[in-house]
Amino acid sequence: MAHQQPMTTTTRMVDPDLVADTSEGPALRGAACTECSTTTFPAQDRCPRCSALAMSPTLLPRRGTLWAHTVQHFAPKPPFRHDGEFEPFGLGYVDLGSVIVESRLTVSDVTALSPGLPVRLALVPAFTDDDGTTVTTFAFEPEEQ
Amino acid sequence: MGNHEDVVIIGVGMHRFGRTPGVSGRQMAVHATHQALADAGIAWPDVQFAFGGSYAAGDADALVADLGLTGLPFVNVKNGCGTGGSALTSARHAIASGAHDLGLVVGFDKHPRGAFNEDPANLGLGEWYGSTGMMVTTQFFAMKIQRYMAEHGISERTLAKVSTKAFRNGALNPMAWRREPLTEEQVLEAPMVNPPLTQYMFCSPGEGAVALVVASAERARRLGVEGIRLRGVEFRSRRFGSFEVYNTWISPERAEGPTSEAARAVFEAAGVGPEEVQVAQVQDTESGAEVMHLAETGLCAHGEQEQWYADGVTEINGRLPVNTDGGVLANGEPIGATGLRQVHEIVQQLRGRAGEHQVPGRPSVGFTHVYGAPGISACTVLTR
Ligand SMILES: [Zn+2]
Repeated sequence: MAHQQPMTTTTRMVDPDLVADTSEGPALRGAACTECSTTTFPAQDRCPRCSALAMSPTLLPRRGTLWAHTVQHFAPKPPFRHDGEFEPFGLGYVDLGSVIVESRLTVSDVTALSPGLPVRLALVPAFTDDDGTTVTTFAFEPEEQ
Repeated sequence: MGNHEDVVIIGVGMHRFGRTPGVSGRQMAVHATHQALADAGIAWPDVQFAFGGSYAAGDADALVADLGLTGLPFVNVKNGCGTGGSALTSARHAIASGAHDLGLVVGFDKHPRGAFNEDPANLGLGEWYGSTGMMVTTQFFAMKIQRYMAEHGISERTLAKVSTKAFRNGALNPMAWRREPLTEEQVLEAPMVNPPLTQYMFCSPGEGAVALVVASAERARRLGVEGIRLRGVEFRSRRFGSFEVYNTWISPERAEGPTSEAARAVFEAAGVGPEEVQVAQVQDTESGAEVMHLAETGLCAHGEQEQWYADGVTEINGRLPVNTDGGVLANGEPIGATGLRQVHEIVQQLRGRAGEHQVPGRPSVGFTHVYGAPGISACTVLTR
């Protein structure tokens, strides 16, 4: 299907509400409760801890540490989308201090992953739309040691 | 809490689990219901109310077309993995309140092959969560057990022992799906799904149906049947700070999960301690889940499992037999039926009617625990 390189080179984020472009690079868009400081990702209107309608948008730290991880070794069913042959991918929860977010990882070798590993946010291609648009998503990659 | 009438289970029925081509989930449910009615020695028109459900095999209340149009109130329950637990909770309230004294609980399902695929929108999640490959329940269980193994010294060998026990017990159970015993090496060397969990450490979506006839203790006496007492059934959802399946984020603030809360509540309601349990069913969606749930329910201490599995404590002839019918690993996961299958097995164990997988000495106190998305748990305590 998407084996041929498309003529166009347009890209889009898989969901425009997930990531902001900052001068430092991409950052996840969360929300923080002005009553109890609970931070969510993605942003939501009400606080899941204190129920207040008091969430304000906040950009999450771009660096954190790995909290939990595994690797996806088989192709999930739809609605999962991917191009060509399925490639295993890593995923995990990343501790950003105020919140622990679930994310894909750029590494799929489980032996290269361990709790506490320093990681930073990156954008990676996820799949290609029918019109050739590259769809990107967020992922965390290990910091260079 | 205000339960004036003791509630007892006086009949159980089941359609065998696994794959039954050409038999619909509804047909399985009708079969299980008739078995339960016959077991209780009653007829369908005697049933005053019913609660039931499936996740993907149709509406339970439509079963009346085949069971008989008697005008009874039949309430559909659609509560994911908690469907059976919720239906049983509701039936218990209906009897304990004095509104009725004889009812039916039924759960059934029939899923296509492969992992479950759920629409993220059903859980209030963005489409991106599914399209980028994160809406997969097995990933959660793998991440949770990976952390747990490091924290509590659990080995991959123990995960394999959970699977081999499940298939060994399944081989003794004619109603089970997976009936071929496997070696620990076969389990460990099977294709990796989500490290540290291999293919044979996971259950598969499957098919099956279970029905229970519930009655007040007074009605059971009048019918002249000896029921198994439902001493408690408690259902909980997740609290802020717990780590559950399908969470795009979690709080750094840690809280107990619904399993611990539901288990503590049911033991308190039953007036029975976890140390008194003689046979247990705990959710083994994958082998690590059985290990973790044993401690979360209070049946053992965190970290104690490594020695327990080395010593065979959870075997049918061990000190605390667990998942004696093969559990979810050997029976598969028909979502609407699993919670009731667990109760079915404990009822048969307490009656001494579990056949080849009967626990020696006929236990008198049993426990069941179910866990599912998006972070729910239901537990029961049953006694003779
Ligand atoms: Zn708040």
